[in-house]
Amino acid sequence: MDAASLAAYAALFLTAAVKAGTPLLYATLGETITERSGNLNLGVEGMMLMGAVAGFQFGLITRNPLFALTAAMLAASLGSLIFAFLTVTLRANQVVSGLSLTIFGAGIAGFIGQKLSGQVVPASVKAWFYPVKIPLLGDIPGIGQILFNHDILIYLSYMLAIGLGIYLFNTRKGLNLRAVGENPAAADAAGIGVSLYKYVHILAGGALCGLGGAYLSLVYVPAWQENITAGRGWIAVALVIFVAWNPYKALLGAFFFGGLDILGLYLQKFDIKVSQYIINMLPYIVTILVLVFTSIKKSKENAPPKALGVPYFREDR
Amino acid sequence: MNRQTYIQLQNITKSFGTVVANSKIDLSVHKGEIHALLGENGSGKSTLMNVLSGIYTPDSGSIIIDGREVCFKSPADSIAMGIGMVHQHFKLVEVLSAKENIIIGQKGNFFINQKRLSEQIGKLARKLGLDIDPDKKVYNMSVGEKQTVEILKVLYRGAEILILDEPTAVLTPQETQKLFDIMRKMREMGCAVIIITHKLNEVMEISDRITVLRKGEAVATLDKSATNINELTELMVGRPVDLSIKRLENQKKETILKVSNLTLVDDDNVKVLQNVSFDLSKGEILGVAGVAGSGQKELCEAIAGLYEVYSGDIRYEGESLVGKTPREIIKKGVSMSFIPEDRLGMGLVASMDIVDNLLLKDYQNHKGFLIDRKPLKEKAEQLVKRLDIKTPGVNHPVKQLSGGNIQKVLLGRELDSNPHLLITAYPVRGLDIGASYTIYDLLNEQKAKDVAILYIGEDLDVLMELCDRIMVLCNGEITGIVDAAKVTKEELGLMMAGVCLEKIKGGSSYA
Repeated sequence: MDAASLAAYAALFLTAAVKAGTPLLYATLGETITERSGNLNLGVEGMMLMGAVAGFQFGLITRNPLFALTAAMLAASLGSLIFAFLTVTLRANQVVSGLSLTIFGAGIAGFIGQKLSGQVVPASVKAWFYPVKIPLLGDIPGIGQILFNHDILIYLSYMLAIGLGIYLFNTRKGLNLRAVGENPAAADAAGIGVSLYKYVHILAGGALCGLGGAYLSLVYVPAWQENITAGRGWIAVALVIFVAWNPYKALLGAFFFGGLDILGLYLQKFDIKVSQYIINMLPYIVTILVLVFTSIKKSKENAPPKALGVPYFREDR
Repeated sequence: MNRQTYIQLQNITKSFGTVVANSKIDLSVHKGEIHALLGENGSGKSTLMNVLSGIYTPDSGSIIIDGREVCFKSPADSIAMGIGMVHQHFKLVEVLSAKENIIIGQKGNFFINQKRLSEQIGKLARKLGLDIDPDKKVYNMSVGEKQTVEILKVLYRGAEILILDEPTAVLTPQETQKLFDIMRKMREMGCAVIIITHKLNEVMEISDRITVLRKGEAVATLDKSATNINELTELMVGRPVDLSIKRLENQKKETILKVSNLTLVDDDNVKVLQNVSFDLSKGEILGVAGVAGSGQKELCEAIAGLYEVYSGDIRYEGESLVGKTPREIIKKGVSMSFIPEDRLGMGLVASMDIVDNLLLKDYQNHKGFLIDRKPLKEKAEQLVKRLDIKTPGVNHPVKQLSGGNIQKVLLGRELDSNPHLLITAYPVRGLDIGASYTIYDLLNEQKAKDVAILYIGEDLDVLMELCDRIMVLCNGEITGIVDAAKVTKEELGLMMAGVCLEKIKGGSSYA
């Protein structure tokens, strides 16, 4: 393989990495704002599955992509509403609640998905998600093809990541949200409605996870298959740590993990024999390494929200 | 002066489970006055103020502000009425900067204008004579700085009613004076200031009127000019209290602890203790004075075997403690009770009851695989009786006790092991008079039993009255070891600020 075709192959790989990273990006952004509110929702995998199946089912019925995506977001939000009610209102254990949500979501997706196996996304929906080149930006050599020659949901994910970054770090509401996740008692004393913030961000986070799931079933695959997420929800949970609860970093992190996801496929061409199982482990190995490094550094800025996983009760003494 | 009633609390009752924290309390505060809320530990001062700031919802009673009855569903409602509270345990977000902490929860433009915000805060700070860096992160701040942020946070909202919960407990005498200046300024501006405290001389210095609480009830409201310290104490405690600490004279006895050239470093290899040398003999109380964070905590931990010694030696009864495990050191009769700022961090497990907390240190002395709680339950009951610990029962989680009672449990457990050397840090931190004097008596009792005591304290008056000698630390170095009976408060203050004893006394006597 000469240099030019190698470069073209690398660009192809990176383009695919961005696409593979998109469901991860949605889920990671969703989990990031959830955890920023101080609630650890381990139900990402379940919510993605709920979004995937609801999006697919409504895409089939309505043949309208907007209805399909809305249904996906609503379904996953409904899942996160259960979690929010359990952990915010009833102050139940967040880990257990999240895990149940994952199992519940997988069950629902399996149940509804029984009749969907083998079905494909209607053409009217598919047509919406064809790659569109962005004028000017799409013409930049290299980067243009990798980043700006994609479907509309990928562009939306860019805007979401940047928008959430601005929200979190440059707006009052974002500041309040960070305060709630770090020290709910301080936020409460400052007049912030702690429970409201938690509910809003858990629900919005759930909606984003649902969108990530729908991206898989409607765009990425695009057909229904059993257990369509294949552990991506868990990768997203790890990614949140990897990107230190930062939406900007999530953008890069998701594409990096997307690249790891499809690495095996693209290595085949080079006659390198690596087991797919090893490749599948890579995202988790990277996460463990990141955990090791951040714990050694003890950086306060990259630490998880301080009150993550701790229920808040105002009159607690 | 303007004497109109601004805040009126009527018949406030609040209980937690079976504990009645406030019972039918009436309180009225005027505009332009500093009102002190005085009371023993667990008398319900903080609870009452938490009701006023919307954190607790009262079971019954009404709150009237500026003639209008209000009902607070959350702190937001209270803030809207111009009430701002500086809590005893600061409610700040550590990873955020000063200015971010100041504006959280505030209404305003969707986006934050960083530059204008810094200017506004700088202006407000200058107006009040406060010094602050708006971009400094809270985790890099000293306690005094954190308090400044808390006060600015409240004033930035334009609060007209300022509540301060034990604000001076963590301040140096100079910082306290600065705080009082701010309070006076606020009074001139027509605000109502409520200060919760148990330090009587501060009450007499700063307040206009005083309301005394006892066991959840308001006992009396007095004009400062018409009362005195003795009357206030009696109202607070419910009986006359002798306010002098007796110092038991000690004859020079044999040395039990000898620390020589002790140097400790922290994780970043910064020296937290440098070349510290001193000795302590049986039946002596050696006080340690210094601004918070001068190396007191590290010194205690090094002796107790919890902090790695970088260089130097710690000799206990002639034997080096360096490299020994905490358990070995405890077995030798060294006991430590460290009261951290949050009181629960070290030594006790908050969710366990008194019996189990006693067990934590005692279980090693038992044989067999299973634990026998019966003897410890008796011991716990004795402890409750002897130290007058207020608790619904010995099987009640300690975190639900009030701060002073938690401290009594901790100190009581340490004394129970009959130590030869007792290290006690801030044992009266945040305590009221009655409880403090119980603790001083306990320490003197130990002293009479020939126990050597290393006492890390905050209140210079107490250090001077209780201790035999006082060692002053500044930035991890000893700036002087003096005879407590001969030193003055000003000299101690200078040494705390880093001026060596030799410079003060011209190189004369080391006590």
